[in-house]
Formats: sequence, structure tokens, C-alpha cells
Amino acid sequence: MRSYLDFEKPVAELEAKVEELRALQETGNALAIGEEIARLEAKATAALDELYAELTPWQKTQVARHPQRPHCLDYVSALITDFAPLAGDRKFGEDSAIVGGFGRFEGESICVIGHEKGSTTEDRIRHNFGMARPEGYRKAVRLMEMADRFEIPVLALVDTAGAYPGIDAEERGQAEAIARSTEACLALGVPNVAVILGEGGSGGAIAIAAANRVLMLEHAVYSVISPEGAASILWRDTAKAQEAATSMRITADDLMRFAVIDEIIREPKGGAHRDPGAAIRAVGEAVAAAFQSLRHMDRDAIRAHRQDKFLAIGRIAA
Amino acid sequence: MNWISNVVRPKIRGFLRRDVPENLWIKCPDTGQLVFYKDVEANQFVIPVSNYHMRMGATARLKSVFDGETWLDIALPDVPSDPLKFRDERRYADRLRDARAKTGLKDAVKLGLGKLDGLPVVIAVQDFDFMGGSLGMAAGEAIIKGLETAVQKSTPFILFAASGGARMQEGILSLMQMPRTTIAVQNLRAARKPYIVVLTNPTTGGVTASYAMLGDIHIAEPGALIGFAGPRVIEQTIREKLPEGFQKAEYLKEHGMVDMVVHRHNLRATLSRLCRILTKAPGTPAATIEPGDKVTALEPAGDRASTL
Repeated sequence: MRSYLDFEKPVAELEAKVEELRALQETGNALAIGEEIARLEAKATAALDELYAELTPWQKTQVARHPQRPHCLDYVSALITDFAPLAGDRKFGEDSAIVGGFGRFEGESICVIGHEKGSTTEDRIRHNFGMARPEGYRKAVRLMEMADRFEIPVLALVDTAGAYPGIDAEERGQAEAIARSTEACLALGVPNVAVILGEGGSGGAIAIAAANRVLMLEHAVYSVISPEGAASILWRDTAKAQEAATSMRITADDLMRFAVIDEIIREPKGGAHRDPGAAIRAVGEAVAAAFQSLRHMDRDAIRAHRQDKFLAIGRIAA
Repeated sequence: MNWISNVVRPKIRGFLRRDVPENLWIKCPDTGQLVFYKDVEANQFVIPVSNYHMRMGATARLKSVFDGETWLDIALPDVPSDPLKFRDERRYADRLRDARAKTGLKDAVKLGLGKLDGLPVVIAVQDFDFMGGSLGMAAGEAIIKGLETAVQKSTPFILFAASGGARMQEGILSLMQMPRTTIAVQNLRAARKPYIVVLTNPTTGGVTASYAMLGDIHIAEPGALIGFAGPRVIEQTIREKLPEGFQKAEYLKEHGMVDMVVHRHNLRATLSRLCRILTKAPGTPAATIEPGDKVTALEPAGDRASTL
């Protein structure tokens, strides 16, 4: 059962009609139905194309959060072979909001770290909706340090509303954990590539996304605070989230302009949730190309490349 | 809407200095006692008796630490202004202009190069009065500049942190200051120079989640609120009252996030002692002298530099 976003209503209506006609066709009475179905399908596709060609930043936020959008583990299971998930920060506990491990990507060893939001209610609770506690970031640090020692490149799959704001998280040093994780990314002597899959939520995202190459799916969003958070703080009115989404420049096109990301990965028509397989393949190809472009660099060069890239962001050209 | 509410007010407010008049009485936020402002100012903005540490402006802070209350200002690098052309209820450009007029600062960070008991140090202070000490491109670039200067001049780097977090009006570019400042911290470490962070009230958000939690030594002022998420956000998320003392300096020490909670009166001596030990500079009698004494009179600043 497909779930529709509020702005997809025209498409939903057309597709519902198609379904109705299909059911009718199976009962085998009308001859002209096939033609009508084709006509409606074409209309639905056109409507979808039109909608997705010009999504507003707020609509993109909704698409980025779509419950059927492929999540981190969908990418891992499709793109990574021999995957060995690893658990725990060796300090306090295991946090499934961040998943990680080692496997093979196109035959070669890789370390993967990502936020997992979960796809069923049970899963979502287990993964805390992708909002990590300090243990998640400390596990990420542990895996990055291991990858660095074994000279294995790191892939980060980013999809989080943000780090978890709770008493326990604060108690165990959420801020410090995020700072150390960002630092671990920047210290890597091996290439790292980050992909913003859905939501890139603030410090919780950058903690694993300080990478040599940062790629972003077409309808993903990446921001310093959620539109709702900005609306409540700056406008003192959560109803202003749509306005905040626009003002904050959170879309892939905006971030490409600011040179915060390096590449936009196009999504299938109607968004990644309409054709997860195609979205995952596109990400796989882009990631392979990104690692390929970093292949020739030694440890010092790879670190310098990352530093220079981040230091150049927002700087006035001398 | 009443037509009169649309009247544009003359922009005269910016010229009026908002400094508290000297004869004013102020109320202690902790105990409610009324105290004479001048007494508080003379006491390094600590309220006598209650010992409540009030916020301290950037200039007052630099004065309280550097020898002879003098230092060299390090200019903040220029950054693009208002890259998002942002506006919420007001234009960001207007908010910036007001903050500059109110504080006399270019942005939320002030940098100084001077001597602490004769030892050259670079100090960065975040001024909470400048848009909540928020971390935007200018502040991020200033922190980087401060750390780079410490590397160049081969000195320790001391940060007085005070910030509500990232400057939302600069969107993703403010978030990018987290990795950017972290790189500068890494370079200071590579140069083997000490980095001491003094966490003051309040320090939260993207600032604690980057350079302010990466010091070699973390000192906190008594009662300072320090955390990642603000208390209001946490309360809204978990729908529970927060425990007494939660996210306060003492709580952070108990939970292993800061090394010591130091009264403002003892801060200068503590910083001096730590910088000297970590840089293997000889001890100075000045470092153990009680605060308030004219430390610089005992140790002429010029002589010490040659011992480095």
C-alpha cells in the first residue's frame, strides 16, 4: 500500500482510479477499459513529473522523511556484500540509531556507518528513529579509527532528524561525542564519502559527514536545524515551518551553490520511495565514482584535501 | 491594523549605548538580593555573597586575564555578510547591525594576543550579548584565526565560550563552522600547543558539539549551563521536568565532561599555572598570588617572553 504526501493528492486520485479500473477489468466486462487505464496512467505520470520537477523546500522535507523512502540498511543490503555489522562503543553501550560495520563494496573492503530510522514501528523504536545518543557517535569513532588503521575507506550514510535530545544523552556527553566524531572524520588518512540520503539534521549529521566528498540525493534536505525548530525559535510559531524551510536554504540545489556538497544524485521519478531499487543503484554508482576520484591520494594528501575543502567553504576568494 | 504600528521608528536606538548606568541596583538572578551594580562590576561581575557569576562582556573578560589589562587586538577576517539573505520576523542584516551597535563588536568573538603573567597567549572570547554568542561564519572564522595565530606565535590558546549554538540565520553555513573550527583545533594539537577551554554561562549547541568540547583542559565557571540540547528542547521531547542542577557546571564535572569548576576570582591564576606547566615555562610566584593583586607589577611582562 503506497502512502501519499498531502501535496501528492492529484496523483493519488488518478492512481486510485487506475486501480479501480484494473479491478473492473479483472471482472472482465468492458473492452475499452485498457485504453482508459493507459490514458489515466499517462496523466498520473505527467502529474507526478510536474509536481516533482518543482518541489518546494517544505515538500522536499516531506519527501526526505517519507516513511517508504529507502533507509540506510536498504542501501547496505543492496550495495554491500559480506557485511559484518558491528555493535557497541566499548565504553557504555550499543546504540542502534547508528549502524555500522565492515563489508565489501564492488569487491573491495569498506567501512560503512549510517543513521538508521527503521521501517516498521518496532524497528523505528529500536533505532530511536535514527536519533543517536553518545554511544552511537562513539561507536562511529571506534569504527573510523579501525578503518583508518586497516586503510579501509569509509562510507557514511546520513539520515537523521538530529542527535537525540534527552537527559541520558546529555548525561553521557552528547556534545563531546559529536565533536569527537566530527574530529575522527577529519583525522582519517583514508578517503571518506558521505551521502545525505534523507534528512541531514544538524550536528547529528555532520558528526559523520565531514567527508572528502559529500553527495546528496536530489530530494534530501540538509540543515542546521529542522524547519520546525527554526520556526519555533526564530518565528516563535511552529506553523511557520514552511517559511523557515524556504528561508534556510536546505535543498540540494542550494547546498551545491554554497559548495557545501559536491554532487547531487538524481532520484527516480516521483522520489526514491517510488523506485527504491533505482535510487539505490544511482547512489551506488555515484559512491563508486567518488571513491575512484580519491584513489590516487596518499594519507597526507587525503587529509589535506578534506581540510582544504572544508576551510574553503564560505571563504571570500583571496 | 492601526496605521501607527506601521510607522518606521527613527534608527536612533543604535547610537544609544545600552550600558547599565553606574548608579543602578541590580537583582541577583539566583537569590533575588539587590546589589549595587558598581560593586558587581568591581567584583569581576560576580555578585558578592551569593557568588552568582553574571555574564561578562568580551572586553571586560580580556581585561581580567591579560597582564596590565592590555593586549593586541587580532582583527577578525572578513566573511560574506548575510549569505542567505535571511529574514524571519526581521531581516538578519538589521539584527546584525543592531548587535554591532549594542556591543561595539564586529561579531560574537573577540580575539586578543597578550601576556598572562608574562607568558604570551592568544585568547578568544565569545560575547553572549552579540546575538547570543551564536556561531556563524564570522565567529567560526575568528576562532580559526585565533587558533592559527596561536600556532604561528607558538602560544597556548585560551577560549572563553559562551553561546546558544549555531547562528540559524546563516543556515548550513553556520553548521559548517563545526568541522571548520575542528580542523583548526587539530592543527593546534599537531603544533603541540595547549588548548584550554573555559565554559561560561551558557554554552550549548553547535559550539559545545565542536571546538568547545575539544580542549586539552575544560574549566567551567560555577553554575554555568553547559550542554548540547537546551533544557527547553529536552523538556519538550521527553515531557518531564529536568532534575535539579541538570546541565550545570558541577553536574558536568561529576559526569566527566569538565576537569574543574573554578570561581572567577581564581580563574586567572589557574589559567596561568596550567599554561606554564603545559608549556614547561618556569613557575612564577605571581601564579599563586591571590586574585585582585597587581600581578603585573611583580613580574614585568617583557622579561618572561625571553624564557620561552
